[in-house]
Amino acid sequence: MTEAIQIDEKASRLSDAVAAAGGIDVSYCYQCGKCSTGCPLAYEMDLKPTQLMHAIQLGLKDLVYNSKTMWMCASCYTCSVHCPQDVDIAEVMDTVKIMMLREKRTPKVPDVLKLSRCFVENLKWFGRMYELGMVGMLKLSTGKLTQDMDMGLKMFKKGKFNLLPGFTGAWAVRNIIRRVNKQEKA
Amino acid sequence: MKYAYYPGCSLHSTGQEFDKSLRAVCNILGIELVEIEKWVCCGAAGAHNVSKLLATALPIQNLALMADMGLDEVLVPCAECFSKLKTAQHSVKTDKKLKRDVVKALHKDCNEEAQVIHPLTIFAEEPLISKIPTLVKRDLSGLKVVSYYGCLLTRPPKITQFDIAENPVSMDKVLKAVGITSLDWSCKTICCGASFALTKPEIVVKLSHKLIQEAKSVGADAIAVACPLCHVNLDTRQSDMEKAFGTHPQMPILYVTQLMGYSFGLSPEELSINMHLTDAESILKKVSQAR
Repeated sequence: MTEAIQIDEKASRLSDAVAAAGGIDVSYCYQCGKCSTGCPLAYEMDLKPTQLMHAIQLGLKDLVYNSKTMWMCASCYTCSVHCPQDVDIAEVMDTVKIMMLREKRTPKVPDVLKLSRCFVENLKWFGRMYELGMVGMLKLSTGKLTQDMDMGLKMFKKGKFNLLPGFTGAWAVRNIIRRVNKQEKA
Repeated sequence: MKYAYYPGCSLHSTGQEFDKSLRAVCNILGIELVEIEKWVCCGAAGAHNVSKLLATALPIQNLALMADMGLDEVLVPCAECFSKLKTAQHSVKTDKKLKRDVVKALHKDCNEEAQVIHPLTIFAEEPLISKIPTLVKRDLSGLKVVSYYGCLLTRPPKITQFDIAENPVSMDKVLKAVGITSLDWSCKTICCGASFALTKPEIVVKLSHKLIQEAKSVGADAIAVACPLCHVNLDTRQSDMEKAFGTHPQMPILYVTQLMGYSFGLSPEELSINMHLTDAESILKKVSQAR
């Protein structure tokens, strides 16, 4: 017996919203699955990349937004290269994440978003990555205080981290972030 | 030969061995590097998750700064930065609205004509590829190395336009030119999991361990890399691999520029080879013979 999926007219415009936000038209996807066979992180995903594309085509927004998939994407672009229909799947992953943030939706893998936020916050202060500062900020934000302490100490002893941050370019980046935020709110 | 130089954040901290060895090698090859003044972070693994405009504006800021210095070609050794600069440039070329927004955010023009180049590309092409063998001072023919390119140099090819996406050869060519035995393997462009280095290290341990096992299975003594993120994952996670899989891989991970510099007769200290967590000096000393 086959079961019909009910698609309401408004919801099916999700693929249009994705195209408008990120410039990629997922309607070209015919679910061949090559993206998913090549994906090194597919084993961590609930929906395989091809299923995520299909869900977008069908307008199943909640299924898409509640998925771990785009948050577990490593941005390695293997999927985009394998796609016979030239759908830039990795770009779609980014687009969906950005759409979720605009709509203030909570990601299924919160630590990935926390990292991105700490990263941008760090740039706002220092203009360049101040690794010790960012790692500290991330640890406070995720509560995983002792994770990788051992490795971090070894790297520290080898002199791989700068103790103090620099401020070269900080003013420029602060202004860029301010203007970007202003434009995106408009 | 004179190029603008964009080291990026990693090459000033966790990947400083790459910066030091690249500068040393360029010095020997007669390449002048002019670091872009007041360069800023390219946004790397953070900005693209939160804003396309920010992820495009930050790299373009650096290209604009380069134009101010009157330089039109920039060498970008970090694969992540290389990819971000290339992607941003492609985005403003193909998306007029985004370009207008970027100009508004930067108060600067986009410098679409800038040439973003990975050092491997110029090393593997004439005239340098013929010059390299003439500079070799140590015989490293006993060293068997696999070239690991990672994700972002080759993908997506229409944007990075680097080498051959499915089977890149430029690093292999450079290693052969310095007399190293370069081995073929199937993991040249397989992901090491870099984006999860800080959030889900167990993924990095799993993926990077697989790469090292593959390198061992073809008989490699070391893995050559050209990306500071790949280097950190493969080099510093080997103790974690021991915890997860039972044995320490003891696989030396070297930047391609360190191998070049060592063959040119530079000391491990001059190339920061002593800064890696997994010992890479012993194998070099064991196999090398003075010419």
